[in-house]
Amino acid sequence: MALTLKLNGATHTVDAEPGTPLLWVIRDELKLTGTKFGCGVASCGACTVHLNGEPVRSCQTYIEDVEDAEITTIEAVGDDKIGAAVQQAWVELDVVQCGYCQSGQVMSAVGLLSENAKPSVEEIDTYMAGNACRCATYQRIRAGIQRASDILEA
Amino acid sequence: MTINTTRRGFLKSAAAAGAVLLVGARPDGALAAASSETAQFNPFVKIDADGTVTAIVKHFEKGQGPATGLPTLIAEEIGLRMDQIEYEFAPSDPQVYNNLLFGPFQGTGGSTAMANSWMQYRQAGAAAREMLINAAAQSWGVAASDVTIEEGIVNAGDKSAPIADFVAAASQLEAPVEPRLKDPADFRLIGNEAVRRKDSAIKGNGQAMYAMDVHLPNQMIAMIKRPESRGGIATGFDDSASKEVKGYINATVLPNQAGVAVYAENTWAAIQARDALEVEWDMSGAETRDSDQIKAEIMDALEAEATYNVNKADVAAVSAAIEGADQVVEKTFYFPLLAHAPMEPLNCTIEQTAEGNIVLHDGSQMPTGPHMAYQQIFQLPPEKIQINTMLAGGSFGRRATPDADYQVEAALAFVVTDRSRPVKLVWTREDDIRSGYYRPAFGHKARVGLNAEGEIVGWQHQVAGQSIMKGTPFEAVVVHGGVDHSSVEGIADSPYEIPGMALGLTDTPKATSVLWWRSVGHTHTAYTMETMMDLAAQAAGRDPVEFRLAHLSDASDPDQQRKAAVLKLATEKAGWGTAPEGRSQGIAVHKSFGSYVAEVVEISGDPESGIKIEKVTCAVDCGIAVNPDVVKAQMEGGIGYGIGHVMRDQITLTSGAVDQYNFPDYEPLRIGDIAAIDVHIVPSAEAPTGVGEPGTPPSAPALANAITAMSGLHMAELPMAENGVSFV
Repeated sequence: MALTLKLNGATHTVDAEPGTPLLWVIRDELKLTGTKFGCGVASCGACTVHLNGEPVRSCQTYIEDVEDAEITTIEAVGDDKIGAAVQQAWVELDVVQCGYCQSGQVMSAVGLLSENAKPSVEEIDTYMAGNACRCATYQRIRAGIQRASDILEA
Repeated sequence: MTINTTRRGFLKSAAAAGAVLLVGARPDGALAAASSETAQFNPFVKIDADGTVTAIVKHFEKGQGPATGLPTLIAEEIGLRMDQIEYEFAPSDPQVYNNLLFGPFQGTGGSTAMANSWMQYRQAGAAAREMLINAAAQSWGVAASDVTIEEGIVNAGDKSAPIADFVAAASQLEAPVEPRLKDPADFRLIGNEAVRRKDSAIKGNGQAMYAMDVHLPNQMIAMIKRPESRGGIATGFDDSASKEVKGYINATVLPNQAGVAVYAENTWAAIQARDALEVEWDMSGAETRDSDQIKAEIMDALEAEATYNVNKADVAAVSAAIEGADQVVEKTFYFPLLAHAPMEPLNCTIEQTAEGNIVLHDGSQMPTGPHMAYQQIFQLPPEKIQINTMLAGGSFGRRATPDADYQVEAALAFVVTDRSRPVKLVWTREDDIRSGYYRPAFGHKARVGLNAEGEIVGWQHQVAGQSIMKGTPFEAVVVHGGVDHSSVEGIADSPYEIPGMALGLTDTPKATSVLWWRSVGHTHTAYTMETMMDLAAQAAGRDPVEFRLAHLSDASDPDQQRKAAVLKLATEKAGWGTAPEGRSQGIAVHKSFGSYVAEVVEISGDPESGIKIEKVTCAVDCGIAVNPDVVKAQMEGGIGYGIGHVMRDQITLTSGAVDQYNFPDYEPLRIGDIAAIDVHIVPSAEAPTGVGEPGTPPSAPALANAITAMSGLHMAELPMAENGVSFV
């Protein structure tokens, strides 16, 4: 069935069955591959996107539930000043290793800083607990969020 | 192993218009240079007419840093800034891009990427510099010795020009036989902590392309329905329910009957259609054992005489020394099966070109594996097979399969089609966790005798587990006299001076498919060695650091001295013995892959209500640290990988079927699990050694020793959760 999505500021018409996870529409239909498939059960966070500015796991978000939402993916999150600050911090600190989880890490980090401009270490650890990184770049993710917070404060 | 060579011509960036300078090596290892029109070899460095310098990186990038490290070597020698060099991954060519430590085999593993590329890529860069300088000297009528290259600019007296001006002339020159390498005192990039990764920006903004991101026109997605237990054979299927899934194409039993390939128009349709497929299995040859039975076989083997006397010890004498000792410390260890679980589930895409070539798009860790296998499967000569190596979302050893398991699976799923549509094989996380290729389960039994002075008088050590290397192309290199060195590495070659060491090994029968897992045998040998050292020190009433140093006291042995040096540095930086009230420390030090790493883990809390890992302090000696920040990142990651698994992870089997499915029951390390990691690098003038793996081995025993110091609890069976230990 035809569905209309508002994604990254544009309107897209896609052909997908109800029950299709948003993840696969983004990746396979819209060919936006920055949003990653990691586990399919909302346990790793690699597929994190924003719905109306809130991070959600797109592998467990169904296409029929997001027709009225503003969807933002990693490809456009840098257009916003918080997203740009996080991406700048990620480069400054060389947070990434394999990088496969990092789109999701950045999307969650932007979600955190959007609601909490100066998160404590404990608040970072709690908020980011659902984003797995098998390379264990966590120390730099934590530092990256703190650095982005400083960039935004300056 | 016979490996056919490929022809050149598969570089991703086709030669740009105008002259291009290529510098590489001939199959005999001699440096070679040519313009793009005449080259008959694959290069290490390519300089376009516009001066764009590209490093052709022969190792794949799974996060461990060769896409930064190898360009650093070339940029250093030519005289470039890091923003003046690009990189691309090498095509498959086992004659030119082989790992120099693997023979004629192109592949990444054993923490060797930098160690084996160090001189090769520096020489290629130095040759390019010398040719550009000679071309400039001729053009300007000056002596070559008066010409320099700094930050991509060629200078001589008052003359100055970009390197682009000399590419055409340089490409007509012969490669120098022995280009002069830069004096390490003049290094600007090598060893510079300010050098940044080349792949950071694209990995933070979604632009990085992994194999999972391949979308070829008209491609099909293939997923494989596999038996519940390994060894089951597909004999037929009913896809009537799959046909209800929109986007389902068809299904077919794989030629080797290992499963049923399900084809669909997109990934979600493939997932649903595979779920709906009913398969008839012949399970008569399938694994039926529980992991408890596999464990029992291993533990039984530890009680019998070992098959191999690894170090040709006088076992009776060692046994007698221990019997006569004042104190004996004895422990029996068990290490479970572990999955690698790289973040990007395994996948690859195959297409056939109009010319009949087969192209594999893959985060390829060992391109020579699929390259050889595909010659058989497709009945094609090597030059008709291309491998496009893409960024890989982690591996930890899983992508380095000598039998090219998933690439062969993709080829079988492709070869049975009419080949008009590319086939992208996609694994889900459940496929990844449940489909074998695990770190083998191992058992150790160690008995250490101490005299009245608290000195070791005998150390009897028996190891039992399934060999990783036997039956692989690496057997000839790693297995000697029946002993798979990877089963006993870290004990057999430990720098510790231990009197009366007897090391035995027994291979146990094949339990499942096994594979090297970040740091291979050191995953279990370091844990045993380093927790036993602590128990022995405790029995002797000696400080664990002092006790270790007493076994590293030979001033004439650089191996002992380097190991002692990281031990001292880590303890100094950690404030050994000065932990705040309520905290405990544990130490471990281990040599692996040529590198020496010591780690101090500091914890708070208690085992029952929860242990908090407050800090890990690490010291590493990896020779010259080419990219120090990458070295630090690899230590941070290696520590997290080691600790994450011993805390709570294991793969178990019930009636041959894997009990775990996905991350909820194979829980990854999370951000709150380790509060801080502090890495220190020992300055060194030695050639670079490995960093991808050596951070892992000491991490688990250092944590275990901290818990023992806190509570007296010694955990000889992993994961730690099995001992009633919880973490917060």
